[in-house]
Amino acid sequence: MSVARFWREIPSRYNLIGSKCGNCNKIMFPPRFICPYCRRTGKLEPYNLRKKGKIVSYTVVHAAANGFEEQAPYTLAIVELDDGPSVTTQITDCNHSEINIGDTVELVFRRMGQDGEDGVIYYGYKGRLLK
Amino acid sequence: MRDVAVIGVGLTKFGELWDVSFRELMLEAGVRALEDAGIDGRQLDAMYTGNMSAGQFINQEHVSSLVADHAGLVPIPATRVEAACASGGLALRHAIIAVASGLHDFVVASGIEKMTDIMTAGATGALATAADQEWEVYQGATFPGLYALMARRHMYEFGTTEEHLANVAVKNHENAFLNPCAQYHLKVSVEDVMNSSPVSLPLKLLDCSPITDGAACVILAPAEKARMFTDTPILVAGTGQASDHISLHSRTSLTGLNATVEAAKVAYKMAKVGPKDIDLAEVHDCFTIAEIMAIEDLGFCKKGDGGKMTAEGQTTLNSAKPINTSGGLKGKGHPVGATGIAQAVEIVSQLRGETGKRQINKADVGMTHNVGGSGGTAVIHIFRRAD
Repeated sequence: MSVARFWREIPSRYNLIGSKCGNCNKIMFPPRFICPYCRRTGKLEPYNLRKKGKIVSYTVVHAAANGFEEQAPYTLAIVELDDGPSVTTQITDCNHSEINIGDTVELVFRRMGQDGEDGVIYYGYKGRLLK
Repeated sequence: MRDVAVIGVGLTKFGELWDVSFRELMLEAGVRALEDAGIDGRQLDAMYTGNMSAGQFINQEHVSSLVADHAGLVPIPATRVEAACASGGLALRHAIIAVASGLHDFVVASGIEKMTDIMTAGATGALATAADQEWEVYQGATFPGLYALMARRHMYEFGTTEEHLANVAVKNHENAFLNPCAQYHLKVSVEDVMNSSPVSLPLKLLDCSPITDGAACVILAPAEKARMFTDTPILVAGTGQASDHISLHSRTSLTGLNATVEAAKVAYKMAKVGPKDIDLAEVHDCFTIAEIMAIEDLGFCKKGDGGKMTAEGQTTLNSAKPINTSGGLKGKGHPVGATGIAQAVEIVSQLRGETGKRQINKADVGMTHNVGGSGGTAVIHIFRRAD
């Protein structure tokens, strides 16, 4: 991944900056450039989402995505945030067997990967169980 | 709009075809379709080719020109169509629109993917480009992973079991056993599926469709001219296409594909039929859970009952609603760009009564259901015997 491509999304990946439409009040993540509900009458502004939500579904990935081989097996989940939108995220700091649909998680700052040995290190969010 | 008919079909062997190149593969399917239709290449007006990612699989873009060139069809208009794994179905739809509009008479709809010239990791990485790179793949999502998320939620909401999922694979391998073009001629048991290696739990290796080389082709004509070429023209009764959010996490439901529901509505209305009228269907079983969700979303059973319907044998060759008589993506193989066209080849062959040992008794109306990505695109076609 080019440095610019990673750098552009830093606000959303580090601080969960999404969008809120001033017209319909809907909150969106990741950020959008046109409100899908209001289209051109929408007024999108950056919105800092709360980092808490619930697990809607999860899977234990054994055949890893490229670049994630060393992390396998890892848990991937869809988490519905308290502000409304859902995100795809790994669940970290726990055994796979501890995870259930409906569990509450908080999104925490984590290392995601690296471009080869000397490349850029990627960071982002992962979910951690709140019990 | 004019009525459109299929006058010829052609399919290559599906599998790991190391001795055949991309262009040879496409020509093999094309020549078979032309011979089947009894049409001369010089009569063709246009060509549409479904291909997901020759750029990633064989470092070759601009495959529309490549195929037209090597088929000896230049200078007819040649167009490549891409919508991930729905590329073939979408190419077919655009070929149908071209004939229905009156712009062209005799049009080729083809599909091809050459996936085994690169290593498996490269191929699965290429397939993952059909998902949202920034917000799914960046997080470690894989395609089996996304479908596993749907499977887990389906199990949670409806009590679907891993054995239900396994039954899809067992049935489709049984059907593929009777299909000479299928990648696998290998029957599997529920235990085999349950004991296969974990890919993205609850999905295991035998819940997943394979990586495949293959090509498929159909020749379309205006219905009023179809009988110049064949005694058994098959009419395109309905076509429907719909889109949805590219990311699974942005959708309202994880237990079905809304693009399928919306595309089916349009296709059913155009064909003036309902789910009960469909004698057989080729559905997009890229993973076993996908077939279960498809038969629900297409209205063949109630939402949540797909697993039970499959386990009870209500979708086998001898049932009232045979699903994936070809072996489906699971058993026949899934050369992604070719799949949508290959589904049409199976339905047309069944409606003509030409599928040998896997021929079903009553085949008057058939359906194809082709999905792109984790459900961002769905294309549905309904075919009917002309008599």
